[in-house]
Amino acid sequence: MTDTSAGSTTTINPPATGVGNSVDRPDASAKVLGSFEFSNDLNHERMLWGATIRSPHPSARIVSINVAPALAIPGVAAVVTHHDVPGSPVYGLISHDQPVFASDVVRYQGEPVAAVAADHPDTCRRAMVAVEVVYEVTEPVVDLLTAATAKPVHPDGNVVRRVPIRFGDVDAVGDIVVEGTYEMGMQDQAFMGPESGMAVPAAGDGSIDLYVATQWLHEDRDQVADCLGLARDDVRIHLAGTGGAFGAREDVSFHVHACLLAQHTNRPVKMQYRRDESFLGHVHRHPAHMTYRHHATNDGRLVKVECDIVLDGGAYASSSFAVCGNAARFAAGPYKVPNAVVNASVVRTNNPPCGAMRGFGAVQVCFGHEAQMDKLAAALDMDPLEIRLLNALETGDRLITGQILDGVAPVRECIEAAAAFPLPPISGNDVFDQPGGAGRTADPLAVRRGVGFAVGFKNAAFAEGFVDDTHARCRLENGQVTLWCAAAEVGQGFVTIVRQIAVSTLGTDRVELMRASTADIGSAGSTSASRQTYMSGAAVLKACEEVAEQVRLAIAATHDVAPELVTIEGGRARTIDGRVDVIVADAIADVRFEAELRHMHRETYPLDEETGQGDCDVTWIFAAHRAVVDVDVELGLVKVVEVTTGQDVGVALNPLHVIGQIEGGISQGVGLAVMEEIITDVGLVRNPSFTDYLLPTMVDMPDVRITLIEQPEEGGPFGAKGVGETPSLSSTPAVAAAVRAATGLELTRVPIKPQDIALG
Amino acid sequence: MTVSMPSSVDETLRLLSDDPAATILAGGTDAMVEINYEHRRPASVVSLRRVNELATWSIDGGTVRLGATVPYVEIMNSELAAASPGLAQASRTVGSSQIRNTGTVGGNLATGSPAGDTIPVLAALDAIVEIASVRGIREVAVVDLIVGVKRTVLEPDELIVAIRFPVASGPQEFLKIGPRNAMVISVASCALVINQAERSVACALGSVSPAPLRCGDAEEFAAANIDWTSDGIRITDPRTLETFGSMVADAASPIDDHRSTAAYRKHGIAVMARRALTRATTS
Ligand SMILES: Cc1cc2nc3c(=O)[nH]c(=O)nc-3n(C[C@H](O)[C@H](O)[C@H](O)COP(=O)(O)OP(=O)(O)OC[C@H]3O[C@@H](n4cnc5c(N)ncnc54)[C@H](O)[C@@H]3O)c2cc1C
Repeated sequence: MTDTSAGSTTTINPPATGVGNSVDRPDASAKVLGSFEFSNDLNHERMLWGATIRSPHPSARIVSINVAPALAIPGVAAVVTHHDVPGSPVYGLISHDQPVFASDVVRYQGEPVAAVAADHPDTCRRAMVAVEVVYEVTEPVVDLLTAATAKPVHPDGNVVRRVPIRFGDVDAVGDIVVEGTYEMGMQDQAFMGPESGMAVPAAGDGSIDLYVATQWLHEDRDQVADCLGLARDDVRIHLAGTGGAFGAREDVSFHVHACLLAQHTNRPVKMQYRRDESFLGHVHRHPAHMTYRHHATNDGRLVKVECDIVLDGGAYASSSFAVCGNAARFAAGPYKVPNAVVNASVVRTNNPPCGAMRGFGAVQVCFGHEAQMDKLAAALDMDPLEIRLLNALETGDRLITGQILDGVAPVRECIEAAAAFPLPPISGNDVFDQPGGAGRTADPLAVRRGVGFAVGFKNAAFAEGFVDDTHARCRLENGQVTLWCAAAEVGQGFVTIVRQIAVSTLGTDRVELMRASTADIGSAGSTSASRQTYMSGAAVLKACEEVAEQVRLAIAATHDVAPELVTIEGGRARTIDGRVDVIVADAIADVRFEAELRHMHRETYPLDEETGQGDCDVTWIFAAHRAVVDVDVELGLVKVVEVTTGQDVGVALNPLHVIGQIEGGISQGVGLAVMEEIITDVGLVRNPSFTDYLLPTMVDMPDVRITLIEQPEEGGPFGAKGVGETPSLSSTPAVAAAVRAATGLELTRVPIKPQDIALG
Repeated sequence: MTVSMPSSVDETLRLLSDDPAATILAGGTDAMVEINYEHRRPASVVSLRRVNELATWSIDGGTVRLGATVPYVEIMNSELAAASPGLAQASRTVGSSQIRNTGTVGGNLATGSPAGDTIPVLAALDAIVEIASVRGIREVAVVDLIVGVKRTVLEPDELIVAIRFPVASGPQEFLKIGPRNAMVISVASCALVINQAERSVACALGSVSPAPLRCGDAEEFAAANIDWTSDGIRITDPRTLETFGSMVADAASPIDDHRSTAAYRKHGIAVMARRALTRATTS
């Protein structure tokens, strides 16, 4: 026992690494030095390599599959097809509609048809070519607007979901009406570490361990176990070092394939997608077509928003159901909208499957509603800021789902903060400050500056009645804290935040977070929907607090004082008489304190199927962005000069991490505004590489200025809110608005291409 | 895979003669991408890394002789930049620092991509490529070296040794359009070389034709309309600049692909050519 002697107080303070500090990631130096083990570094001395044989066609009937020539190649250990799937032949996040391996038809380019295990990646490559698949090519369905009535792409039909919203007086008419049709192309998450992992069969008992870079271990486990025909406990999923995610690791990719190959060969099997394969092997952001009609009064108050949204879900459902729900619910933006008529649908095509990506349905509609707000402002001769402030949502307002917005909603503060930064000066002569950059194309006489504003919002955590729980366990023993939580660290910083939470509650930085695994604890839910700090952070906090409470009672018992005379605050335990004043973790030795719990946010409810009304959301997150661009109006080249933002963050538990999320999100938003798009041609992906799928480089990245709006969120740990998706919402429309301001063009589609400006 | 590391041109040529199927490796920035993606599975590689004579350059009188493996970074940062500002500017637009530190002009020419950024400049310079094999040396103009998309007249056992072109005698410009502000494959590019001594104008284009493209009519038009004076060149009638731009664009035969459209490429060429001539005649 390490308490202080009677009468004296200790001078030991908890370390300054608790919440509110910009603590470095625990794995930062390992990542910089190259010693961090990413999933593609996994190695096992007996391992085989696995590879996937994929359809080259977006739509075809499989006439025959002959694996014999591949099996004849020396070094090939197994080839598996749909015949070898012992359990459910299909999987999926929400509906199980996607085959582990295609059997009768293929529905998108890159759909898995077979998988091979061999002694070397080169042998795999030879085997892939040797597998004979005879296809009868069929006409693909690729147009999202006609897909609903086209020939069925899938037995489940071509409409994955329709979400109507009818709110208020659907016949209301405003003094002024503006209309517009907007489109968004297909963005890719473009994470740095392609899909990879290793399946290791356990000796003897038929169970299996899968080490994989993923966003949601337990969901993966359930889907994998079902396909393998195993009990869920016989599949153990362990998080492998993850190089980014942004939504693209929510779906199962090679998981079942690797496990099947491991079972067939009884050896560990490693799989690792190549970059081009990765582009075909995960879902993308839904392309969208949106038609809007906004009604307003002559003084600029919104009267009604009407909106038709069609999202292209591609061949399989993935999370389309939920993305469509989001697109519908957030279609009107963070404004007071008394009446709304929204029809959102997500259709099936033979295009690449689409699913989760940062912002999840709210990004698409934000581009639409923000273009409309600018149109309205122009029609009323109002300032774009003024019209937004006039209509800004506040706590207590009713959303178009009928739900009362009861969380903090600093929409006005976000807008004002983004606008408060002084405008940047005219750019200098350095080529990298000019549109066109290194290509040295710019002519200063043709360069115009533009400024644009946008505001966005969405929900955080899962909605519409989803059971969105998380589990955490905290153990304290001899000053050492050990934490278990299956939250997937994908780069967002959960591993840092939970340590800070432990420091702030238990007073020590001797904290170990165990590797996330389904074998050790219940689900933490998905690392998505801006929910892990908010949800699993809260669970860890509660577990730590329970342990602190156990310590408090133990101190009372040990020192023979009434429990209510022992207080715990800021990681310290004190008795009222000052006899004990110690760091919680050090208060009692040789006793193991442990707490495990399940945490769930408040209940949510489904949307009414006819009216789209319902209390379906937990909490909301808001941001505003101002973009300043320089455009070479003759060549259509854009330099995004600066993006300023005010973002609602609840309380920043680690300000540096929050800034990182905001800068990263803005980079993705800028990319979507001016360059990032998966180009398809009759269902075939034309640019599956970083040569042609262009991401912003450091010279494309604008200066970013940030004001964090800190209003504590009830239910979040220490008042924190999710911050991950918010920066992706309105950064894209802000850049688009700025380019419109510079060019005078309508520019109704993102990404804006040089030809849209130069020939527009 | 066998890798040979010869240390002289002669040794390299013998190795290539014995094994013409070998892949020549200079900076590797094209070759390694192809190997990684199995567009190419070489059984043997001949690396030029130790062939020092290929990595040297010289300026002799009015002629630059550029060794095939001089990396871009050196073209940008040595006296070569003054002797050939157009090539230096093209080099600055290639890839990223990592690529410019290792990538070479020899590799750019041997790959022969329509988007190879040095090619328009070298075509406008009437550069001569020195090609060696055990059979001897032959000289080929850049415009004759590349005959189609990634197709050259190089024989399997031939090595590009050096490229020769005149020292700049007048303004040179290189402009390149890409939808990103750095590290981007050209959507269209335009090189302009003005030879004040000879009172000639040369203009060549990138990414708008299968093989290097000179714009003869536009060049003659510009040369005829430039006011050649001893202390600089001027264009008196601004319509000349516009006409030059559209004549250059007329020479282009671009296509629609996933990187851009033919219409935009043609438009971009007209704008770039006009701006290049404007800069050249006002600086
Ligand atoms: C990320 C990235 C960005 C790029 N950006 C650009 C760009 O902006 N602009 C651009 O033009 N290119 C770009 N490239 C392509 C490449 O960098 C250039 O073409 C470069 O000049 C190739 O030179 P290298 O020395 O690396 O050639 P290598 O890859 O070594 O060789 C290329 C080819 O030429 C052959 N070869 C090389 N040297 C000789 C020789 N002396 N004689 C005969 N054959 C030879 C090789 O066998 C091979 O077929 C980029 C490449 C990458 C990977």
